[in-house]
Amino acid sequence: MTQYIAAIDQGTTSSRCMIFDPSGSIISIAQQEHRQIYPKPGWVEHDATEIWTNVQQVVHDALRQKDITADQIAAIGITNQRETTLLWDRTTGEPLHNAIVWQDTRTDQLCRELGAGIGQERFRERCGLPLATYFAGPKIAWLLREHPELRARAERGDVLFGTMESWIIYKLTGGTHVTDVTNASRTMLMNINTLRWDDDILAAMDIPRAMLPEIKGSAQTYGTATGELAGVPVASALGDQQAALFGQTCFAEGEAKCTYGTGSFLLLNTGTTPVQSANGLLTTVGYQIGDQAPVYALEGAIAITGSLVQWFRDNLGLITTAPEIETLARTVDDNGGCYIVPAFSGLFAPHWRSDARGVITGLTSYITKGHLARAVLEATAWQTREVVDAMNNDSGVDLTTLKVDGGMTADNLLMQFLSDVLDVPVVRPMVAETTCLGAAYAAGLAVGYWPDIESLRANWHKAAEWHPQMEAATRDREYHNWRKAVERTLNWVEHDSR
Amino acid sequence: MPGLIQSVQRAAAILRLLATRSRPLGVAELANALGLPKTTVHGILRTLQHVGFVEQDPHSGRYRLGAALLHLGGSYLDGNELRTRALNWADALAARSGESVRIGTLHEGRVLVVHHVFRPDDSLQALDVGTLLPAHCTALGKVLLAYEPDPAGQLPTPLDAPAPAAITSPAALKRELAAVRRRGWALDAEESAPGILAVAAPIRDRRGITVGAIGVSGTVERLRAGGTLRADLVPHVRDAADSISRDLGFPDG
Repeated sequence: MTQYIAAIDQGTTSSRCMIFDPSGSIISIAQQEHRQIYPKPGWVEHDATEIWTNVQQVVHDALRQKDITADQIAAIGITNQRETTLLWDRTTGEPLHNAIVWQDTRTDQLCRELGAGIGQERFRERCGLPLATYFAGPKIAWLLREHPELRARAERGDVLFGTMESWIIYKLTGGTHVTDVTNASRTMLMNINTLRWDDDILAAMDIPRAMLPEIKGSAQTYGTATGELAGVPVASALGDQQAALFGQTCFAEGEAKCTYGTGSFLLLNTGTTPVQSANGLLTTVGYQIGDQAPVYALEGAIAITGSLVQWFRDNLGLITTAPEIETLARTVDDNGGCYIVPAFSGLFAPHWRSDARGVITGLTSYITKGHLARAVLEATAWQTREVVDAMNNDSGVDLTTLKVDGGMTADNLLMQFLSDVLDVPVVRPMVAETTCLGAAYAAGLAVGYWPDIESLRANWHKAAEWHPQMEAATRDREYHNWRKAVERTLNWVEHDSR
Repeated sequence: MPGLIQSVQRAAAILRLLATRSRPLGVAELANALGLPKTTVHGILRTLQHVGFVEQDPHSGRYRLGAALLHLGGSYLDGNELRTRALNWADALAARSGESVRIGTLHEGRVLVVHHVFRPDDSLQALDVGTLLPAHCTALGKVLLAYEPDPAGQLPTPLDAPAPAAITSPAALKRELAAVRRRGWALDAEESAPGILAVAAPIRDRRGITVGAIGVSGTVERLRAGGTLRADLVPHVRDAADSISRDLGFPDG
């Protein structure tokens, strides 16, 4: 009987389950979207109970599609939207509030307070991250401040914190409270060198250690599943972007990938030492296999890329499905001088400006919806260019090829434009779903389904490749215009007037 | 039946006729086919054009179904959307078959390549998304033609032969398309290029309408070593086609 590996991808907009065979090919996929809850401008929440129900459903559906039974699953791996923060009750196993999503900016004021006169960089040396609303630590601090009744229980360890992988593992195993190094590296609470919770940062943010999960490696057995997958080892957890790095088999120092989803994330493997960025990138853990030395990464995080296309579809209604953006964009030959900078909740890498808000610039009576569609797609490419420039500066080595993955790689116009503006070849691997694949690979390694990382590398194949075609003068002019557009987003939010 | 409005019935007949052909039709052709005066047909077409249900080709002056109507019935599937929905399964097909994969849709009697996955051997290959292939001599084209109401009406005459094995007789093509419908998959046996074989199967939407075709192609040496078609090829192609169809809402089984 063929054995498979299952992966759960608990993402920002949906939860998915994929089942893979030994060649790393997808056998079945099931997906369920969940509600995005927007209680106030800048606030984004998820219902963690709904998410857990969906996760159980997609596991069931993925198995059923190909009549696979739990005893055919050698292991299950978890990958997840990172930083999204949940507190739950240890006794009942029920969430105490809606999960606060990574895009949520409610901790803006709190983050400035936590800067304590030193500013965004206060904890960077310890945790590799600037103080920003993005990360989980300030979200926990906010929750404990808003709900003082939880603090005493948190101190006793009766209120538990977890990002989404902790929540899923907790529910899946019936009570194991763990996280992995990659997810822990996104809390601001873990010391990037020791990979332990940092007592000084915990004290500064006033977060009790008793509520935190135990930090584990990314590929090891945490426990055994109950329910439909009863008996299956739960054997990996990786933040979605780190999972994609793993799925792209970027195992060597200097290898990089960019994943195009709701946001986009470029990660560069920097080997077993953490590299501090001078250009607005994040220092993060890439993965840790068992108890081997951790592998670090530099990360350029872009908040809004695919979600700009969704906004174009849902809020402007100019297209009915996301892929139609390419059809609409192809009705014109260029952007007509129009640029869209989607600083919907500020700008992430390399700017880290929470005061920025989105702009559409260069509007003239000439501009049609086709030009806007172009500008939407181009925004993703230019934001990538900014991150690549920062990464080249930090690492001292110029990127020669960009490995890409994620849903937006189906957009040929975008991939060609990306290659044009980066002036390097852009390569898509055979499995665009590298996030799930990475979680599957890590789980498979942990239980010996795959013998070593070399066997995973052998599964990597090029599915498509785009080469630069744009003239240098055009590229330079367009980049210049893009940067002017970015300048126009800055200083929009004036903090005292809110 | 009382209360039926004749001009609406006539408009429906025109739309039905346009829907069965993927090439645009002229006023005279429509008038002949429906047995109506040209002025009547022209008046109805102008009204339909006004509401976006038909479009007039600016060069030929002929009419085809308009985007508004295509969206209305949900029958229209954007090629870029088809690629997005098919991405995972096309990748899996390439990985399992070890050959390059293409997805095509019918476009004015030819096959428009909407997706292409490289052969997984990391050799130098160029993306050919957006290219047009002949329909009558490719596996993708045969699948698409097999499920068209009026395949012959869409093809150029005479049928050309890019390779000696290509079918050029309309009667032989008709028999071939009937065989494709019976089997549920099509073979290009060195018909579009000497030394190249291809296998394709239909992608269907929730109503069972064929909206595209997916197939693999490769050299005769790899795909027909020893004189018989690699046994796993057709099951892999059909499995991928069925998985995409399921994602598009086509009922299982």
